[in-house]
Amino acid sequence: MTEEMIIAGFGGQGVLSMGKILAYSGIMQDQEVSWMPSYGPEMRGGTANVVVIVSDERISSPVLTVFDTAIILNQQSMDKFEKSVKPGGVLIYDPNGITHHPLRTDINIFQIEGARLASEMGNAKIFNMVVLGAYLKVKPVVKIENVIKGLKKSLPERYHKLIPMNEDALNMGMKNVVKYN
Amino acid sequence: MATVTLQEIIKPENLVYKKTDLMTDKALSYCPGCGHGTAHRITMEVLEELGMEENTIGVAPVGCSVLAYEFMNIDMTQAAHGRAPAVATGIKRVWPNKIVFTYQGDGDLAAIGTAETIHACNRGEKIVIIFVNNGIYGMTGGQMAPTTLPGMKSSTSPYGREVEMMGNPLKMTELVAQLPGTYFVSRQAVHTPAAVRRAKKAIRKAFENQRDNKPGLSFVEIVSNCNSGWKMTPTDANKWMEDNMFPFYPLGDIKMDGQLLK
Amino acid sequence: MGELKLMKGNEALAEAAIRAGADAYFGYPITPQSEVIEYLMAEKPWERTGMVVLQAESEVAAINMVYGAAGAGKRVMTSSSSPGVSLKQEGLSYIAGSELPCVYANVVRGGPGLGTIQPSQADYFQSTKGGGHGDYRQIVLAPASVQEMSDFVKLGFELAFKYRIAVLILSDGVIGQMMEKVELFDPIPRMTDDEIVEKYPWATTGKKKGTARRIITSLDLDSHKMEEHNHHLQAKYKTISENEVRYELFDCDDAEYIFVAYGSSARIAQKSVQLARAKGIKAGLFRLISLYPFPGKEMAALCKKGVKGWLAVEMSAGQMVEDVMLSVKGCAKVAHYGRYGGIVHSPEEVLHAMEEKIIGE
Ligand SMILES: Cc1ncc(C[n+]2csc(CCOP(=O)(O)OP(=O)(O)O)c2C)c(N)n1
Ligand code: SF4
Ligand SMILES: [Mg+2]
Repeated sequence: MTEEMIIAGFGGQGVLSMGKILAYSGIMQDQEVSWMPSYGPEMRGGTANVVVIVSDERISSPVLTVFDTAIILNQQSMDKFEKSVKPGGVLIYDPNGITHHPLRTDINIFQIEGARLASEMGNAKIFNMVVLGAYLKVKPVVKIENVIKGLKKSLPERYHKLIPMNEDALNMGMKNVVKYN
Repeated sequence: MATVTLQEIIKPENLVYKKTDLMTDKALSYCPGCGHGTAHRITMEVLEELGMEENTIGVAPVGCSVLAYEFMNIDMTQAAHGRAPAVATGIKRVWPNKIVFTYQGDGDLAAIGTAETIHACNRGEKIVIIFVNNGIYGMTGGQMAPTTLPGMKSSTSPYGREVEMMGNPLKMTELVAQLPGTYFVSRQAVHTPAAVRRAKKAIRKAFENQRDNKPGLSFVEIVSNCNSGWKMTPTDANKWMEDNMFPFYPLGDIKMDGQLLK
Repeated sequence: MGELKLMKGNEALAEAAIRAGADAYFGYPITPQSEVIEYLMAEKPWERTGMVVLQAESEVAAINMVYGAAGAGKRVMTSSSSPGVSLKQEGLSYIAGSELPCVYANVVRGGPGLGTIQPSQADYFQSTKGGGHGDYRQIVLAPASVQEMSDFVKLGFELAFKYRIAVLILSDGVIGQMMEKVELFDPIPRMTDDEIVEKYPWATTGKKKGTARRIITSLDLDSHKMEEHNHHLQAKYKTISENEVRYELFDCDDAEYIFVAYGSSARIAQKSVQLARAKGIKAGLFRLISLYPFPGKEMAALCKKGVKGWLAVEMSAGQMVEDVMLSVKGCAKVAHYGRYGGIVHSPEEVLHAMEEKIIGE
């Protein structure tokens, strides 16, 4: 199994940390992982993206132009990456703020209302975990228990009390992801 | 009463403020609330008011204001990190009748470029140096600068600047004021309208000195915030600046007409 | 098994410095390698091992701090990115002339000049052909993973002290910024002062009464002596070129078309090999690990086994390709492909270049 994906959105949406949590979860189940971010001052408030690969084998290129899955969280990223999904691949997006919805018919498109659900849960910061839950429902690349393990490993002790809330967010995402096409 | 149309309002006689033509129309790349934008604008306004547009060459540093040449609508050269005073010296020496200035951050001017700064000042190069001191390396993501205050946090002093290990903050402006080659040295800020007026006056004085071929270099420091690097909102950053930066870097003229004040 | 962690290449390099028993790190911030000094400052190695960390006022100062500390027998390291590494060249030339051991990293970005902060491999000439003035060499290791960013620090110090030479870890923005799983090696204790005095009699540690003094210098006004010193240096470089060649082969056993690359380009080209094989093209990858010494003989030997063409893949306008040409001249066709100025080529583009420039003709 090799999953090659991109997560793209605004700088403050937790795009990079979502990728990091996924990569950590891969390590928890003994897989190879890579996480390659866009970087530099252009990210101040601008768009951010990260390419994450989770695989049973040694990973070759950490830099890719086509993906099995794209998680898209703003319009600029939709314009840029809709076309980068491999035929038969998956595109997951939050319709919040999207004006031009994806048009491709040769890929599987899903919606998750991450921003709305996170604010309904009373914490905009868990937005990325809701989206991650949606992704893992569509593509169970890593087990939820390993996501939790990964969180425990990557978060400093003082934040461990937040883990149950993150778990709720993952579940919320899993329950609410809907097929769009 | 008759309604007024937009066209009637924007008549020339109603003009109260106009962006100087010496700033390009390009949107500033600086973080909202950053002092660089204001410092750029007043510098360019002074050049316009003194009619220096066609006669001036500016030197941009390496730092957030590396892109000054995108915004300052005059001839500009971009220098290597810290070398702007040497680059400006080169230009001024071969075009002595031109107005030459550098615009530099604290990392650029007071760390890697210390030698160039001190020697340009000491030689008394007839140039203007505008020095934006925000106590941090903004461009590269908030590392400690030579001007970072004791105890102040940055990405390379994450537990606060420990003077014993990381050295003391450098008061470059007081230092260059001691050198015989500086003619005018002043420290200003741009966080309030009153401060902007005073800063603009100092910058005007600096360029007038050069125009009038006064003997020596004119040096204007602008203490500014780097809200991104300090990890504060712009308003909190300005408050923090008043409470912490100004006591350490007091505002005002330090040297006038070649004479140290006080 | 060592400790497993998810880390950026830059962080792995920094952690490895602590674990390799380094005595000091001197650096200056520059994108895309500032995480090295940021990691060290957050990690406080002075509390863990007694290692010194100092943010210098410039790269020039940092490399001269390395020169001083290395001459005093300590294990020291610095790192930077292209514009900063250019500033270090004078110091590196002195380090070569004085035969001092040190490790430094260049997390390369696009140039020339201030260039861009995005990844590049355009510093190959500077790294392998001199950079500073004089007839000198340095060992150049090119990590292609976060794991190697860690491992090569340890290897680098071993080689640096074995040959009293500078070892360059030539990385780039991709390897520095990406995160991967790393298995951290077990910490090696720092040497004690007594051990240093005993093991490195050439180091300036303070002259004992009645013993000969040590002088760290690269100067000799007597040209005959200087020539002799150069002979000595060249003999050392010859030994290194015979013993320290490192490379890795992928799918080269039956390969007719071989991509040759190092660092992140090697990772990308490895994917191109997979894509090529899926299309029925017998492709392989020759990954350079040591750029100096260059595995030219090994390349030539492989070429004789029926290789029809080589594509040098590097994020530059064509630098390493010159060494590939010298190595396999007359044996098979050689071409270059690479994006530059901060653009990273894709595996598809690289395969396409092989099809067009080598196979197609
Ligand atoms: C030789 C060299 N070293 C390091 C850098 C990286 N660098 C770019 S800007 C900068 C510091 C800028 O700080 P400052 O001068 O205070 O300007 P600010 O961004 O805060 O306005 C550094 C270290 C570089 N570009 N060149
Ligand atoms: S990082 Fe700091 S200095 Fe740079 S633009 Fe933002 S606030 Fe200004
Ligand atoms: Mg600054």
